[in-house]
Amino acid sequence: MFQLSSEPLDQHPAILQQADVNAGARVVFEGRVRKINLDREVIRLEYEAAPDIAAAEFAALEQETRERFEILDVVCLHRIGMLERGDMAVWIGVLAPHRDAAFDACRYVINELKKRLPIWKKEHYTDGDSGWINAP
Amino acid sequence: MPTITIQYYALLREQRGLSEESLQTDARSAEELYAALQESHGFTLGIQHVRAAINGKMQPWDTPISDGDTVTLIPPVAGG
Repeated sequence: MFQLSSEPLDQHPAILQQADVNAGARVVFEGRVRKINLDREVIRLEYEAAPDIAAAEFAALEQETRERFEILDVVCLHRIGMLERGDMAVWIGVLAPHRDAAFDACRYVINELKKRLPIWKKEHYTDGDSGWINAP
Repeated sequence: MPTITIQYYALLREQRGLSEESLQTDARSAEELYAALQESHGFTLGIQHVRAAINGKMQPWDTPISDGDTVTLIPPVAGG
């Protein structure tokens, strides 16, 4: 399951609801806005996404993850809009019968998401400058 | 000439000054379309840094485009 949200993720219902009696393991990854990136001081981050394409790409990624790892469920929430330092930008929760698959699948999903999903991040710095990350 | 809807995001949206437009074009493929737009609007991203989705699905640059298609231009992504 994938959802983009313009509201803070901490109290998102999907986080509270993810459960399965067969899940002996749940691994959660939270990505948050940090103060320093590449030696520059970040004051806020701006996220933008192509919603329909992101959902379709995540569906393909989820299918692939289920084929590679023995998991029961994977949920990904991603913020869009303006975020301050410390805000949660992405939340990934993986349920699996056993911990190894849950850890591996969670790492796989965050790494692939960063490469594949049409989501963009603009950093705003304390000196007033800003820039889109990964744009050459 | 076919009419194509184009969606811009992030750096391309800023450089174009809008997020979506429809225009008539004689471009036959997504690649030709990007080349024409790059020339008109001075996009700084070379085509090797951009991907294209046609009607919501990621496609190779040489994919033909036809009347009524929506082309979404995807600059380098940075989710997470």
